[in-house]
Amino acid sequence: MLPYLARRVAALGLVLLAVSVLVFAILRLIPGDPAALIAGVDARPEEVERLRVALGLDQPAYVQYGRYLGRVITGDLGRSLRSQQPVATDLATRFEASLLLASVSLAVALAVGLPAGVTAAVWRGTAWDSAMTTISVLGASMPTFWLGLILIGFFSVRLGWLPTSGYESAEYVVLPAVTLAAFSVASIARTARSCMLDALGYDYVRTARAKGLCEGVVVGKHALKNALIPLVAVVGLQFGYLIGASAVTETVFTWPGVGLLLVDAIKHRDLPVIQGAVLLVAASFALVNLLVDLLYATLDPRIRLT
Amino acid sequence: MNGVPPARRLLRHRAGVVGFVITTLFVLVSLAGPALVSEQPLATNFRAILKPPSWAHWFGTDELGRDILSRVVHGARISLELVLSAVLGALLAGGGLGIWAGFRGGYVEVLTMRAIDLLLALPGFLIALVTITILGVGTVNLIIAVGIYSIPAFARIGHAAALILRPVEFVQAAISQGATDLRVLLRHVLPNVLSPLFVQASLRMATALLLASSLSFLGLGVQPPMPEWGAMLANGRSYLSTSPHVVLFPGLAIMLVTLGFNLLGDGLRDVFDPRLRP
Repeated sequence: MLPYLARRVAALGLVLLAVSVLVFAILRLIPGDPAALIAGVDARPEEVERLRVALGLDQPAYVQYGRYLGRVITGDLGRSLRSQQPVATDLATRFEASLLLASVSLAVALAVGLPAGVTAAVWRGTAWDSAMTTISVLGASMPTFWLGLILIGFFSVRLGWLPTSGYESAEYVVLPAVTLAAFSVASIARTARSCMLDALGYDYVRTARAKGLCEGVVVGKHALKNALIPLVAVVGLQFGYLIGASAVTETVFTWPGVGLLLVDAIKHRDLPVIQGAVLLVAASFALVNLLVDLLYATLDPRIRLT
Repeated sequence: MNGVPPARRLLRHRAGVVGFVITTLFVLVSLAGPALVSEQPLATNFRAILKPPSWAHWFGTDELGRDILSRVVHGARISLELVLSAVLGALLAGGGLGIWAGFRGGYVEVLTMRAIDLLLALPGFLIALVTITILGVGTVNLIIAVGIYSIPAFARIGHAAALILRPVEFVQAAISQGATDLRVLLRHVLPNVLSPLFVQASLRMATALLLASSLSFLGLGVQPPMPEWGAMLANGRSYLSTSPHVVLFPGLAIMLVTLGFNLLGDGLRDVFDPRLRP
């Protein structure tokens, strides 16, 4: 286990390093002069020149990258061109909001998707099974932003039950979380169904039935426990999806998360914010993937990591 | 089941047939539709603003009095062009890269597949956003972003298939007869990789459409006044309380077409590549 862990952490380090190169490269790959962009449209040429020297943009690329990496490691992500606030502070509060939204959505998705998938497998071939399959295909085809708009139209505008946008109290999280969860529900239900079908086909399930255990124990204890393990990987993958979809969901509900921040920054070409947000999202995604793999190995004694 | 030709097996796959019908309808509408609707998608009419669906305007009108049916139909053409070029581009680039890497082996393979692994180690949506940041907003850049997002999936399939085929006799025989790499790849490897690649392409069309319309919705893709479905939703958002029909129809269109691609892809996978079945 330990060598595996060391290798995975080293790989994580490499991924993060590659991401930092990518994020650094954004600045050099965009068309136009970054110094002029940062200085603003009405800056005089000598101001642009002064800024270029101040930012180190007159140095060779590898020197710039070295400095950039040094700053990132010490937690300095620069200042937003628009708000002049330190990017790191902005990101910290935004990340909290995003994490809250993603966790609630994942909880919703599990609470709905897992029972749906498991029951569909247990009652395979019934009307319930086909209903669940249909719903999960529909869920996988649902554009997140449209679902969000429809939910706002119905629950906020027509019924007036829930707020349309913002982030103030618990009820504000309901609609964004449900919207974000829709796609995950579909894939969790689908995976749960197929894992459960596999598990129900194993010999130990037949043995359990043969020795006269009641169906509830066979399904709940013998099959379900083993079906859950592959599901951990899918739930981990969902996190990556949630990060992506959350940019859209956050925009629909004006939820002050990293996704909304990133989209706004791209529209206004606020480079330091774009770089910081991309770095943060990529890093957390890589970290979650590592955690999921480790969790997977801990849960399933058949998987030996060497 | 095995003796039955694939086309007939697809016909027996109920969900696959539904997907095929929806996809065919979508293609027909995007090809012939613009000629059939009488209203122009960009023609404004300030005497008919935000009208609900009626006989004159089946899907109603938007905030500038434009006919929503006409916009949805013209949007089908845009969506078809978007997903087709993005997915075919990714199929060629990713599939080609993967097959070549798997066939050549050595450092070419290591470097290529590590790069693909790196792409997979990042959230796909983020890659699309970074691409747009670098290239700028616009329709062509949107296609490139969606294409890059789809490349890793094709690369892995191509790579896996090439690895399996490389040691097989007929490939080795061709190599030993002095056939060039290109000839071996095109004549012997490619025909055997096509079916998993096309199954993947059909499923990728669904994600590509969702991604492209999401980015347009965010204002980072096709720009208004072009009748792209995602961009139409972004506009209609402001009129949600008074005129919900403005967001209803473009969204339904996205969902229906995505559903069609998903069902068709599932059907094709079950018929041509049962091993991939989850």
